[in-house]
Amino acid sequence: MLTFTIRRMFTSIPTLLFISIVIFGLLQLAPGDPMAQVPLTVPPEVKQKMREALGLGAPVHIQYLKWLNQFFIVEPQFLIDWMTRDSFLFGWLPDTQLSMVYDVELEKLVPQQRNISWQTRSPIMDIVIQRIPQTLWVVGLAYIVGILIALPIGIYSAYRHYSVFDQAGTFITMVGFSIPPFFTGPLLIVIFSVALVSLHSIYDTTHVVNDWVSFKYQLSQMILPVMVLALQTTAQISRYMRASMLDNLNQDYVRTARAKGLKEGIVVMIHVLRNSMIPVITVIALGVPSIFGGAIITENVFGVNGIGQLLITALFANDIPMVMTITFIFAIMIVVFNLIADVLYGVLDPRIRYD
Amino acid sequence: MKLKTLLLGAIASTAFAPMALADGHEGERGRDGEVKVIYWQAPSILNPYLSGGTKDLESSSLIIEPLARFDQDGNLVPYLTDEVPTVGNGGVSEDLTSITWKLSAGLTWSDGSPVTSADLVFTAQYCMDPEGGCAQLSKFDGVTSVEAIDELTAKVTFDQPKPNPYGPFVGAQSPIIQAAQFADCLGARAPECTEANFGPVGTGPFVVTNFKPNDVIQLVANDNYRDPNKPAFASMTFKGGGSAEASGRAVLETGEFDYAWNLQLAPDVIAKMAEGGKGMPISAFGALVERLEMNLTNPSPDLSAETRSTVAEPHPFLSDINVREALSMAINRQELVDVGYGDAGRPTCNLVPAPALYASDNTGCLTQDIEGANAKLEAAGWVKGADGIRAKDGVRISILYQTSTNAVRQDFQALIKDYWSQIGVETELRNLDGSVFFGGDPGSPDTFQKFYADVEMYANVFDGTDPQAYLAAYRCGNEPKPSSQWQGENINRFCDPAYDAMIDELARTGDLEKRGELGKAMNDMLTKDSFTVVPLVDRGRVSAHSNTLGGVVLNVFDSELWNAAEWYRTGN
Repeated sequence: MLTFTIRRMFTSIPTLLFISIVIFGLLQLAPGDPMAQVPLTVPPEVKQKMREALGLGAPVHIQYLKWLNQFFIVEPQFLIDWMTRDSFLFGWLPDTQLSMVYDVELEKLVPQQRNISWQTRSPIMDIVIQRIPQTLWVVGLAYIVGILIALPIGIYSAYRHYSVFDQAGTFITMVGFSIPPFFTGPLLIVIFSVALVSLHSIYDTTHVVNDWVSFKYQLSQMILPVMVLALQTTAQISRYMRASMLDNLNQDYVRTARAKGLKEGIVVMIHVLRNSMIPVITVIALGVPSIFGGAIITENVFGVNGIGQLLITALFANDIPMVMTITFIFAIMIVVFNLIADVLYGVLDPRIRYD
Repeated sequence: MKLKTLLLGAIASTAFAPMALADGHEGERGRDGEVKVIYWQAPSILNPYLSGGTKDLESSSLIIEPLARFDQDGNLVPYLTDEVPTVGNGGVSEDLTSITWKLSAGLTWSDGSPVTSADLVFTAQYCMDPEGGCAQLSKFDGVTSVEAIDELTAKVTFDQPKPNPYGPFVGAQSPIIQAAQFADCLGARAPECTEANFGPVGTGPFVVTNFKPNDVIQLVANDNYRDPNKPAFASMTFKGGGSAEASGRAVLETGEFDYAWNLQLAPDVIAKMAEGGKGMPISAFGALVERLEMNLTNPSPDLSAETRSTVAEPHPFLSDINVREALSMAINRQELVDVGYGDAGRPTCNLVPAPALYASDNTGCLTQDIEGANAKLEAAGWVKGADGIRAKDGVRISILYQTSTNAVRQDFQALIKDYWSQIGVETELRNLDGSVFFGGDPGSPDTFQKFYADVEMYANVFDGTDPQAYLAAYRCGNEPKPSSQWQGENINRFCDPAYDAMIDELARTGDLEKRGELGKAMNDMLTKDSFTVVPLVDRGRVSAHSNTLGGVVLNVFDSELWNAAEWYRTGN
């Protein structure tokens, strides 16, 4: 198992490099101009100077290598420096200065050039880290809520196959599957924020939870986006759970268990459920990267300015370094969670052995 | 309630705002708590010199200020100076080659240090640095030096007479930044100063406490603001992102925010939201004109890349003025306004519809005249063929009409295609993503500069109130062409030596009345005399504020937040 994991980790390095080349190539080929949002009142020659200041003049392969260097070498150095300087965990270690280089002209240590966003002219990783809490709170919570609702629905639907509950569950999940969040989002806002109670339709990302009142506020502003997103997750996971339960309920071992005189509860909740969870858990693990990816549409509808909103604004602004970095972080997440899903599969199912 | 009544109410309430102020909205700084503003485009940076984006410009105007800015009527009002320099008061030299600004005495930055002429000198140096990529470089066009005369006085010298010397340090585009804060940020180092770019020290009514790029800005009242009783609000939350719908809803329907910027929504959507009763839409008109640009050169794909859409190849039918005029006559501009903009638009025949000084009394295009257009084409020898399309000497009037992707623009395209079909003109529609269409990529065939179409539609405007640079764009030779990497502002490839002479004359004329006459004449040459530019709609700006926010004066000539220091909470 360990050798399998290590082997997989090594093979994922060329995969990731390949992905980075593909993303970079696609972004280079895509039409668009970072100056497109600058008003027409700014003359073209000024725009040209602005483009040059962004480093757009450099040859393509230099731009790519510079990005690789910044992403894989410079940014981790800044992270280590930050950890030994300011973090609680490693703050006791002597401060490192890996990210600093000696500038001959100024005759002092200066920080290296980091991966800079064209929109904000500031380091991209700082913004990404700033955005993660919002996304994790809202999208992550929605994922958990979705799973918690989906599992019982899936189990019961399968157990009472073709009952009213199953039919209703199928109907609701189909609705959840087929109605896009840009419809459910505004619908919930109109119902809950405008017509009924005054729930918040715009998310306050600066809100700090430090007591009961602020926690209630946080709940009231999260509830709508979480509902929209949880509907989607519930729809998906409950279908998997139902299908997987149905597969197992007709197996011989279930009949054997019942014949042994085990209680129905034990048959379903222990024997069938444990076997049915194997594929469902992998599906859940494979869905985790999408939490970090944020929810582009829902985040925009409710003003939860997380990673998804960051990506979409970067796309609109043709901020290539930002798009490149965020997409690549997604790629890393997907590769990592695929690996985790594979390992989990082996752990959960004794029939599967990789060695 | 209809949108119209609401808007009238809004106009009335802004008209009485100064009176209301006198009625007891004075008081100590910070008395009204928090104000919440929402912009559906989120600010990325608070340094307008590094970003030309409107969202960045307007959010930064709360913090950093120019010496003078334009009010809602387009008049210059002093901000950091006691009076605007003119030739009359000796601030502008007789030969119009220099302007001397004097800072008001006793001004301080938000950190308590004094504002001096060294800051003006530094601001100019910062933007004019060749490696900095300053977005507002055109404001410093022709500046040869900015020098400090004494502690509070700085003199800007130009390389030639400048009838309009109010480029540097005027308007939201050109605020003063603090020399001490940005000293290490010149040229190529500009992007490294994240802290300064995200939280500039300024003279404005608010100070940044927390800036989250593309998300939210938290601000508090500036303790060192020059008026001890302003701003009325102790803090401001400036939220960005979402959509125009969501921000309109947050002000008009749910009342979560006090001010929503630029609600580019269909008129009926805004009217419906306004029924929520929590706030009111406000609108104002500037010089933003949605127009059709006629291509005077041949965009045919059969031509080589070197000559396609260049002056070497005149357009097969649009070079005939009768065709251009007929195309303009066939359009029902009022209908376009009703469909696309409602009360936030009005039909116009002018390229420069405002300010009043430069607005020509050109109204000939306002009534649709299909019959007249048909007669005109007939008389010019364009006769209908078997397919109903007019042609002459084997050239059919078949138009490729392009614009950016945007619901209102596609409605306009459909309507105009219909008008033109009534005069025997065939139209093919095309829409392109805004980031490509307005992006200047010389490799893309789809940019508005390349103009690989017969007619294209977009909106444009000029900064502030002086249209000189705007009108000068139509100079011979300033057209986008292969040798200039398709850069250039003369989109129509218009060329008339008489017009060029007027551009030069305008650049020499200082007398305002004379400038107005010239501006009108130039506007007429491009529009009603030649139909090179066919204006459609003078587009207003619609924003919204809550019923409890007072003091708002919508200004389209400067930042919308230009008078945030005067905002207050109305009683109830």
